[in-house]
Amino acid sequence: MLPAVITLMGLGLLFGAGLAFASRVLAVKRDERVEAIEEVLPGANCGACGFAGCSALSEALVEGEADVQACPVGDSEALARVAEILGQEADLGASRQVAKVRCRGTEDAAETRFSYAGIKDCQAAGAIAGGHKVCEHGCLGMGSCVQACPFDCMYMKDGVPVVVEEDCTGCGNCVEACPRSIIELAAEDQPVFLYCVSTAGPREARQACSNACMGCGLCARTCEQDAIEMQDNLPVFDFDKCNACGACVEACPTDALGQPPVLREAAGSSE
Amino acid sequence: MSVKTFAGGVHPPYYKELSASSQIEDLPAPQQVIIPLIQHIGAPCQPTVEAGDEVAMGEVVGDTDAFVSAPVHASVSGTVKEIGETALPDGRKVQAIIIESDGEDRISGEAALQQQRTLQSMNADDIRDAVRKAGIVGMGGAAFPTHVKYSPPPETDIDTIILNGCECEPFLTCDHRIMLEEADEIVSGLQAIMKACGAERGLIGIEDNKPDAVEAMREAVRDHPYQVEVLETKYPEGAEKQLIDALLGREVPSGGLPLDIGVVVNNVATAVAVSRAVKRAEPLTKRVVTVTGDAVKQPKNVRVRVGAPIRQLLEASGGFSEAPARIISGGPMMGTAIYDLDIPITKGTSGIVALSHQLAADASEEACIRCARCVEACPISLMPLYLAEYDQESALQYNPLDCIECGSCSYVCPSNRQLVQRIRLTKATAQAEQEDSS
Repeated sequence: MLPAVITLMGLGLLFGAGLAFASRVLAVKRDERVEAIEEVLPGANCGACGFAGCSALSEALVEGEADVQACPVGDSEALARVAEILGQEADLGASRQVAKVRCRGTEDAAETRFSYAGIKDCQAAGAIAGGHKVCEHGCLGMGSCVQACPFDCMYMKDGVPVVVEEDCTGCGNCVEACPRSIIELAAEDQPVFLYCVSTAGPREARQACSNACMGCGLCARTCEQDAIEMQDNLPVFDFDKCNACGACVEACPTDALGQPPVLREAAGSSE
Repeated sequence: MSVKTFAGGVHPPYYKELSASSQIEDLPAPQQVIIPLIQHIGAPCQPTVEAGDEVAMGEVVGDTDAFVSAPVHASVSGTVKEIGETALPDGRKVQAIIIESDGEDRISGEAALQQQRTLQSMNADDIRDAVRKAGIVGMGGAAFPTHVKYSPPPETDIDTIILNGCECEPFLTCDHRIMLEEADEIVSGLQAIMKACGAERGLIGIEDNKPDAVEAMREAVRDHPYQVEVLETKYPEGAEKQLIDALLGREVPSGGLPLDIGVVVNNVATAVAVSRAVKRAEPLTKRVVTVTGDAVKQPKNVRVRVGAPIRQLLEASGGFSEAPARIISGGPMMGTAIYDLDIPITKGTSGIVALSHQLAADASEEACIRCARCVEACPISLMPLYLAEYDQESALQYNPLDCIECGSCSYVCPSNRQLVQRIRLTKATAQAEQEDSS
């Protein structure tokens, strides 16, 4: 009994000493800041920064290979913490970028040429006879962007995607996923947004979709600030001139122009 | 009697009895034809006429200098109404010449002049030239310019010509009727093709569900050194690569063409067109199309003008017996559903199939259960389930570009997975990668 106990205790001490020695001498030196930053970052591994994930970005930040604001997903608080850990200054003046869908071709509004019964994938749907909708520019409605969203802040409603802008992190995965390139990142508080990409002429656009921009130019004529110019049957905005009066949105005969949700809410609460 | 075949494939119900016994019926010229400037694989044609021009039947209305292409001809005589746009049966939108018919079918002067020619007086280049001028493309459906098949690179020798009379697509019977009614023309076309390619061996492959066609062709080749081979009735027996494998035991290399192994395969309808082009300088302005399906009142085989609206064919068949669920251009396995009856018949349109809701029911897609039935069915020995994976990165490892999109995998899938559509996405990605790297 006793020899066995002594032998086992001896072995235990020996291995313990070995492990203690190894952990000192063979320790991997890791910058503490890497772990600190990783904890601050969103941890979604969405890849929007261009690195393999949050851990890879943390390392790149510490090694100075990435900009302090490289994470487009993290809110200003998180970016400020990152800057603090790295001992740098972050410029947080810019407004938040969110994904906006430039199409309101809902099931009610957009005309279709045939019914599509294939797989639920926008690229596949677009490959069949140029898509089932009359409009060759707009949303195909199969929800490839919703599937691509790693933050679960998009959903399909009436055949077009809706972005929950307050949850959107602006990672841009949906922008990449859309074969028709109708999703873009824009400032959350951009005073007016054009919800149409159709460059078709008035007649053609109107026949394709009742929410389409027909290129009528009423918005440009209404604007007192001269901030709107028509190009390819679509208005182009100069936000340096725009005073966010909303007259163009009022003037638009279709639903092609709109004010961002944040502004609408602000206006609603002040009334 | 032993029948030849290939590995893989499926046995769909054929429904050929609907139209197999109906003799080819010549339809009159429609009031207006729409001649798409691209009806083939290759470069599009440029219009050679203008709106307002008078054209004779058989006159060239579109041509190009590109080698892999084929000119298009007026299929009626009349006036060019406009140079506009049309959708093709596969949905692509292309430029087209729209001709209003005067109902006289005047034949163009040049074609009338050359009506006396014999094969003996022509060499291989003459035949190739005649085939190109006639605008002949593969009439089985793929519409590959035929003269290109007869122009192998200098180091390649063509030893065998195969005429494809398999007609493995369900429902279609146009090739069957052509073999019964124009067997001699097919053989004379084969003679011309053999001479154009310098080949020694001529084979005609027919599936064993068409014994009358086998008999008719055997009768027609009695005084010729050609063989008529009987093949198992199995889909896709008539796919070029599968037919070569079944008849000769040769495999077309991955990414290669039948030319690489010394073989040219032509559809029997193409052989008829070649014969007419060689003997009478007759351009390809008509073709035989099967109008069939369980939603058509009188299924039949019709000879129509290229550019005739699909509506004309359906009206000639008595219209619909019930509202169709799908109208397909081509066969049900590889054809495409169409949504507009004013889409024109092209040189490659072999059938118009209108299916009832019973036959074309939409099945809901379930998850893959890894049963590997698609692997067994694939005639190319690919693994469709992996090719159709959502993760295209991994799908790219399984040679997507070898897929011939025959649809056997989608047909056998017990989970109703739309495998071919998914594989097409993978193929598009693979194609883009190949172009990037080259």
